Amino acid sequence: MTTTESSQQTHAHSHPTPETHLTAEEQEWVDAFMNDTTLFIGPDPEIMREHSIAQRSPLEERILAHDLDPLVADRIRRRLAGALDEAFEMCESMGAAPGAKWADLSVAVYTAAGDVAYMSNRGVIAFSAVLHHPIRHIMKYWKDEPSVGINPGDGFFHNDARFGMVHNTDQSMLVPVMREGEIIAWVGATIHEGENGACEPGGMPSGSETPFDDGLRGSPMKIVEKGRLRRDLLTFLQHSTRDPKLMLADIKVKMGAVKRVMDIVDQSIGEFGVETFVGSIRMTVEDVEQEVRRRVLEMPDGTVTVNQFVDSTLKENILIKFACKITVKGERLIVDLRGTGPEIINRAINSPLASTKAFVSQAILSYWWPDLPRSTGALSPIEIISDEGTWGDCSYDAPTGQNLQASFRGFSALQIAYAKLQFSVPEKYSNVLAPWFNQINDFLWGGTTQHGEQVGNLCADLNGMSGGAKPFQDGEDSVAPLFCAMADTGEQEVMEEEVPFLQLVSKRVVRDNQGFGKYRSGMGYEMIVAARNTPSWGFMTVTSGAKFSSVCGLFGGYGCPTYPLAMVKGINIFDIVKKDPSQFDLSMERVMNEQPFEGGTYSTYHMGLQFDIAQEGELYMIAQGAGGGYGDVLERDPELVVEDLQLDRISEQVARDIYRISWNPETFVVDVEQTEQLRADERRARIKRSKPYAEFVKEFVTEEPPTDVPYFGSWGQENNEHLFATVWDHHGATQVQGRLEEIPIIFMPNRHVVKINNLESRIRELEEKYNEVIPHRI
Amino acid sequence: MKVPMTEYLYIDLNSERWQCRVCAQDLGDARGNYKEGTLVHDRDPEEIHPPLLDREKYQYTFSPDPVYCRILEYCCPGCGTQIEAEYLPPGHPPTVDMIWDIDSLKEQWAKVEENAIQVINYGPDENALADLSPRFEESSSSTTQS
Repeated sequence: MTTTESSQQTHAHSHPTPETHLTAEEQEWVDAFMNDTTLFIGPDPEIMREHSIAQRSPLEERILAHDLDPLVADRIRRRLAGALDEAFEMCESMGAAPGAKWADLSVAVYTAAGDVAYMSNRGVIAFSAVLHHPIRHIMKYWKDEPSVGINPGDGFFHNDARFGMVHNTDQSMLVPVMREGEIIAWVGATIHEGENGACEPGGMPSGSETPFDDGLRGSPMKIVEKGRLRRDLLTFLQHSTRDPKLMLADIKVKMGAVKRVMDIVDQSIGEFGVETFVGSIRMTVEDVEQEVRRRVLEMPDGTVTVNQFVDSTLKENILIKFACKITVKGERLIVDLRGTGPEIINRAINSPLASTKAFVSQAILSYWWPDLPRSTGALSPIEIISDEGTWGDCSYDAPTGQNLQASFRGFSALQIAYAKLQFSVPEKYSNVLAPWFNQINDFLWGGTTQHGEQVGNLCADLNGMSGGAKPFQDGEDSVAPLFCAMADTGEQEVMEEEVPFLQLVSKRVVRDNQGFGKYRSGMGYEMIVAARNTPSWGFMTVTSGAKFSSVCGLFGGYGCPTYPLAMVKGINIFDIVKKDPSQFDLSMERVMNEQPFEGGTYSTYHMGLQFDIAQEGELYMIAQGAGGGYGDVLERDPELVVEDLQLDRISEQVARDIYRISWNPETFVVDVEQTEQLRADERRARIKRSKPYAEFVKEFVTEEPPTDVPYFGSWGQENNEHLFATVWDHHGATQVQGRLEEIPIIFMPNRHVVKINNLESRIRELEEKYNEVIPHRI
Repeated sequence: MKVPMTEYLYIDLNSERWQCRVCAQDLGDARGNYKEGTLVHDRDPEEIHPPLLDREKYQYTFSPDPVYCRILEYCCPGCGTQIEAEYLPPGHPPTVDMIWDIDSLKEQWAKVEENAIQVINYGPDENALADLSPRFEESSSSTTQS
């Protein structure tokens, strides 16, 4: 395939190589010298910006020049599928990481060049579009490197997303399949481990300000040599994170899972021969690529645009755009991400392009065409246009601790667009669907457990994302994360045996927390946690969406609400309920609105809380998010509205003002006639209060973004190469505009300093106002 | 032939016009942006997503902040059906979300040789059968061009 990535475009803070005028021979000398004196092998742009499947190797070319028996290939595929699912279950059952227990992992078989040929049916599909990068790196840099090399029984570890990973909290074990000294395939297991030694516990720091705050920077390295775990490297990895036991346990678990798959690979090769095996896995990759082209051809030609706006750096509220324009032309599908805001060099929300692409692939393989084998071939024919230096395609120097903020937007862009791209296609492979919730509203935690161990990780509730509505039924409540269809939200009681906090409220649906529509989205639940029986503990949250809804609706339906973090500090809830058990009636709404606990400090916050030390019994409260609604709210069956009302899923206000129904509050019987009248009235009222498009645009649209909120990205879509950004200089915030390479490095000011400055300035104002002269010595 | 492009929008391949599936209202050139044929209202998001926490006491309440977010409600000028609800920063140009190649669409459906309304469904699920037939009398379909 061809990519049209504009990776060659130079961002202001990269360093183009000056032009040279050397003869071919001189260039050869320079290359030889440079190869001998390489100081550092970083992520290779030739590997990292490429998502197409590799060219056939001479062996693959030779094998596939002849017809391969499809029945034999199918037998090999089925065996691999069985082995991979078994290995997946091994990781899930034995994995020490909470993420492993809840299916946040994958096991896969790769071609020699690293393309994923087959992946476990359960688990995180995004891995299928990102793990070819480290294998390509190993093959290019370590295979012939005398100090490394690749031998049977070796195993490679990596975790750094800049070398190809969903995010830095995942860790891999990649093992070559070798015959007669040649690498013919790879087997790998990857688990969301959680802890990685970042500036905050849990592996996904919202507070990282440099890549060095992101924790372990594991480039692909040989952790297993000829079947033996290298104790020196293992010690280094353990020493670099907060949970050494976790590191050891899960490296062994991954080795065990890979071994199980390797046994089946060996059996298959023994039975069918090397050539048939290699041909079969290569054919799978190529078949998927070919089938994707065919399915793209079935879509109508045209362009669908999805603009998303994210409201936080996880330290302060801003507005940053994730632009996406998808064009279908015959069998070409082009995803154009230009117009996306520039990277913010001291905030954790940036994503390497490879991670963003992984979630483009996640949408394709789980929400567009879930029937396809999970393979690198799925993304391979898709063309992606992106400028390096944006927050969805960040540079090497940008922190990426919470890169899901940008990469999940790649998922949502594709998921939202598909409803429009596929609506008129007669043969569909998945249902038309409103947007899935796209934030990991969850508590990350760390500290010392009741057993005296140092830990850092997260609650399984990150898997509690709600589904979008379908055109024929409501979405499902807190059903599964966008990245893993069959993940679990875990048993809190089991966790409480291991970690020193309680979920005092868990999995209780929050009223009105839905995307309204003809069919409504699934609803999210709230969770209230408090630490107990620990010398040292803390919580953090890592998402946005507290001021701007994270997902929209579809075809007239509304999006999700926004989500606050609420806290009550300075109390001990355990003492309070011990004295008065009736106080155990907890909900975020009641606690925050009634403020029943004397002496407590009640506050709300956006959903980017850096690691916050929790005293025993202090309350932290969040809610899981809803998906998008489908269709006009006035078309919702009034009986379904009343059903939600009876179950306290919606308020009377929503039933009355949004769904416009009339009912008897005692019997919950719908007044059909009155409801029809109310809805007819509302349709007329809409027409009356709305304006013709052209007139509306004239009044609503501004030439440039507002200056009262820091803004990053294009404004509109007519010129997506012209960006706006807020920068800070000696005089404070200023809005600048221009092409990406003309925008200065975006460096957010320290929010505490900003707050202090504002407070000092307010003090001066008040002093002047009340004529109180106090000398300020500096 | 009418091709359902969304829940509420047809493209009439013969006239090359966008059309409301509910009331036959003409919504403009099918080669262009259907939103140009709609009516739009700038909705304060607090009216749609009511605050669960006391907005007098707290900055974050479950309601989007109107300074950051507006909801643009697009409705059909003929029947008032809400066709789209778009979440945008105040002042941001509305997104032109769909532009279709009508010549290609005509070619595609010429090859299918079936009535689009009858063969398009909501997906493979057994419940996903769709009734995307017009909700208006066919005779009224040519009378409401704006």
